[in-house]
Amino acid sequence: MTKAGKPEKMIINGKRLDGRELEEFRPITVEVGVLKRAGGSAIFRFGDTYALSAVYGPKPMHPKHLQNPQKAVLRCRYSMAPFSTKERVRPGVSRRSVEISKVLNEALSNVLFFEDYPKTGIDVFVEILQAEASTRCAGLNAASLALAEAGVPMRDFISSCSVGKVDGKIVLDVGGIEDNYGDVDMAVATIGSEDKIVLLQLDGIVTKEEFLKMLELARKGCLQIYEKQKEVLKEKYKTGELDVESQ
Amino acid sequence: MNKEIKSELLVKERQLVIPGESLAKGLDFLPSSGCYRINNEIKAKLTGLIKLKDRFVGIVPLAGVYIPKPGDGVIGLVEDMQTTIWVLDINSPYDAILPLGEAVGEYVDLSKTDISVYYDIGDLVYAKVLNVSKSKQVQLTMNDYRARKLTGGRVLTITPSKVPRLIGKEGSMIELIKDKSKCQIIVGQNGVVWLKGEREGLAAKAILTIERESHIVGLTDRILGLLEKGE
Repeated sequence: MTKAGKPEKMIINGKRLDGRELEEFRPITVEVGVLKRAGGSAIFRFGDTYALSAVYGPKPMHPKHLQNPQKAVLRCRYSMAPFSTKERVRPGVSRRSVEISKVLNEALSNVLFFEDYPKTGIDVFVEILQAEASTRCAGLNAASLALAEAGVPMRDFISSCSVGKVDGKIVLDVGGIEDNYGDVDMAVATIGSEDKIVLLQLDGIVTKEEFLKMLELARKGCLQIYEKQKEVLKEKYKTGELDVESQ
Repeated sequence: MNKEIKSELLVKERQLVIPGESLAKGLDFLPSSGCYRINNEIKAKLTGLIKLKDRFVGIVPLAGVYIPKPGDGVIGLVEDMQTTIWVLDINSPYDAILPLGEAVGEYVDLSKTDISVYYDIGDLVYAKVLNVSKSKQVQLTMNDYRARKLTGGRVLTITPSKVPRLIGKEGSMIELIKDKSKCQIIVGQNGVVWLKGEREGLAAKAILTIERESHIVGLTDRILGLLEKGE
């Protein structure tokens, strides 16, 4: 497909280009435990955005000079697969991937109990298999599920979603064309049940009122993601626990 | 103290919980392993099954790494050898050290003997954890009646937190597998399992089934069925 030009209107009769309501997510699918060799892994999907995350560790920290004698060290690596967008992404480290790796690291550091594993390292990999906006949000959602599956002690899940301003309207979960031609794009991540924000990045110009409205919407969105994360993880370990009592 | 808060337990024994889930309210309950307290509430740190003991609320994790503690029997692979110590990989973030004095009961003249005559790199050893220092230095000892070098056989690795399920109540599960598969089996607390005998394949299959399905009710019956069916 050639790059579509800017559509005249991105919101028609209160519906968005892909037929969504203003405050509606793209279809979300989550899968936990997709990689056998990793300690924990998950795929999180927002419409056409696929993020795969794998967690290894806690394991001995090498190189040794990075090791902390009092707590574990978290290393995050975000990268986009060469085939993830229409134009080939040059594999390897880029300015953008370094930045996102860093913000993911800082967001996840808020919920992990590093003191439980001194001198060790925890590796989190986030690989974007297909990108169509909100990749860092999908990556963060996948990473927190992968960490939970790997058995790394954590306070709660991190749930993340994006909000934006398109055609002067505030929308949830910015997708594809909206990301390219919308006015504002804001990524927000919260600690599941607590009302705490661990990531907030905004690109564009908004007024204070608009910003507060967007933040409110993002919080609501994150809560939806949080419920989904919990549901998927519980489903994976279905125990038949109801039968326990009868025994 | 605030008398307003009423203590309340929100979970049942062996219930599945995920990180961040509320387990109990109020100060009458205490967080044990895998839990933390925040704002008069006890919450889960890990994915696992609830374990209640008196006022303590704990979690048996479904995944995670092995953290050594004194008295544990572990199976380690000799990774490195220095003049008077062996370094063992014990399937944990921390390497373990087996000093010569704890390994050999006799006097060793280091100028005449190479310590590889006792244990060499690549050997498998069942040893006991003697001590774990605050800086996570792990010391092993062979000064235990079960400690020995393991020759031949094969090695499996399972999730360390599932070792108690593999052993079963008073060793019932492991005895069952040993009996049906006619294998010698040694299980390390670190999740490393060594087996040697007639039907290793069958034993391995049973052990891996336990690893996969330990949290699902009716484990013993399924394992018994699997063992009786044969390979």
